[in-house]
Amino acid sequence: MKLVYDRTLGLKDVPTHYCPGCGHGIIHKLLGQVIEELGIRERTIVVAPVGCSVLIYNYINTDGLESAHGRAPAVATGLKRVLKDRIVISYQGDGDLMAIGTAETIHAANRGEHISVLFVNNAIYGMTGGQMAPTTLAGQKTKTSPFGRDPAEAGFPIRACEMLATLEAPVFIERCAVDTVRNTLRAKKAIRKAIQNQVDGKGYSFVEFLSMCPTNWGMSPRKAAEWVGETMAAYYPLGNFRDR
Amino acid sequence: MPEAILMKGNDAVGEAAVIAGCHYYFAYPITPQNELAAYMAKRLPDVGGTFLQAESEIASINMVLGASAAGVRAMTSSSSPGISLKQEGISYLAGCKLPAVVVNMMRGGPGLGNIAGAQGDYFQATKGGGHGDYRNIVLAPSSVQELADLTVLAFDLADTYRMVAMILGDGYLGQMSESVVLPEPTGKRFDKSSWSITGCAGREARYIASLRLSPEDGLEKIVLDLQDTYDKVTAREIRCDTYHCDDAEVVLVAFGLAARICKAAVNALRAQGVRAGLFRPITLWPFPSQALLETAGKTRHVLVVEMNAGQMVEDVRQALGDRTPIDFYGRVGAMLVEVERIVEKVKSYA
Repeated sequence: MKLVYDRTLGLKDVPTHYCPGCGHGIIHKLLGQVIEELGIRERTIVVAPVGCSVLIYNYINTDGLESAHGRAPAVATGLKRVLKDRIVISYQGDGDLMAIGTAETIHAANRGEHISVLFVNNAIYGMTGGQMAPTTLAGQKTKTSPFGRDPAEAGFPIRACEMLATLEAPVFIERCAVDTVRNTLRAKKAIRKAIQNQVDGKGYSFVEFLSMCPTNWGMSPRKAAEWVGETMAAYYPLGNFRDR
Repeated sequence: MPEAILMKGNDAVGEAAVIAGCHYYFAYPITPQNELAAYMAKRLPDVGGTFLQAESEIASINMVLGASAAGVRAMTSSSSPGISLKQEGISYLAGCKLPAVVVNMMRGGPGLGNIAGAQGDYFQATKGGGHGDYRNIVLAPSSVQELADLTVLAFDLADTYRMVAMILGDGYLGQMSESVVLPEPTGKRFDKSSWSITGCAGREARYIASLRLSPEDGLEKIVLDLQDTYDKVTAREIRCDTYHCDDAEVVLVAFGLAARICKAAVNALRAQGVRAGLFRPITLWPFPSQALLETAGKTRHVLVVEMNAGQMVEDVRQALGDRTPIDFYGRVGAMLVEVERIVEKVKSYA
């Protein structure tokens, strides 16, 4: 019998803790595959955020380092400044990256740190049970916006890629989604590019993923994927914002 | 014989860090410790090191965490309000068992306070500051020479016990220039290959984290292990200094710059025939309780002198109990304690 598909060496063989239909598992797998394909597993370090993906070091089969909420780009900066020939990946959610860690995100990007930032935007705080995120859409109901996010009170959802694209230093900025097979394959290409840039010593790369959180959105996995494509992508356009 | 040179306190810390092999320094500007950042910005390129001015105190302590996890010596410095911001990172360093050196050139507080030297962060430095059951080694220099010597020591202590060692100076010490003989490297080597995060070539992948969600992971065990480490530090690393304590009837207790001023008061009192002495804790944590008891337990009177509203005095009371009368003299608002006032107080005990 011919083996046509197997678990990537970039992932550990462990059961997942993510909810059914969650996008993290898909993105972890893409990351694991890219790490294996680029042959960088033994020199890669993944910095974990605070949020559902804090346990990413249980899945990705590389060295890992946990950071405080929002501080992953600063921790990654410290690591990479010491280990210049290693590949340092900062994996963060929307509360982590665009609320509590806004300063660290912008300044690591602005310094052009030689790291790759993977930003999982599911428009909600998952781990704490579904509170409003900086990327929660206007009108979207969450535990802390029970009547729907009101921009007059809570501001508008922040478009991270567009904001970072105002900076000079980043070499690669792209927004993807993991709602369909086609988009997921495109997301893998973006991860590959973001990490290849680091291998090539080019500088700071940023990839955003529109991703599903069926549990906290109160949707079935299928409906959640549709919501990403129809509603989220309407506000957060997919595409490349920088490629040098 | 190494030559004595004139150096500013903040600069001496920087050079001592380089002597100790620290090539990674991350910080954010705040008075009165800015000379240190300026010194490192100029000096570290000479040794192939990295100076990085971070976007905040919070970012800089987390850069230290990343560098420390990679297995190198790293340092950050600040002054009181900035040290408050670093407390989150300090707690994570403790939870991750990562060594680091943090310098606090204290200024007047609370809030923005003022920019002169003060000692109001004693509680914050010795009793926690951040969240959780952890300790920092806290070293209190009282001269530029000691700033340099204790900085070198701080790196060895941090690496020996894999914890944060803090230099608790103050704005006056950081700003004053004195002659200093730069310390030699201690030559101690620390093998960090068993825990540092450098990529998993030739071994299993591993990670450093402070999160321990399930009972099997054992947060309780991790925290109890930390307490074991702290017990070892307490047993081995207590440091203090005494001045004319052998026959003293009154013992002054002070740290840092306040101790320097107390030394002048002891001299003035001795000149007037009053048998006064000075007990100076060098490690504020662990606090030299036993040594203090042996030195001052049987004296007629103890006077604690601090540039705050009375913080270390609590540890002195705990060490001595109520057998010895303990008085306190302090000034707040970054004002200096005065020799005349100390002399007056001591003479009033006669």
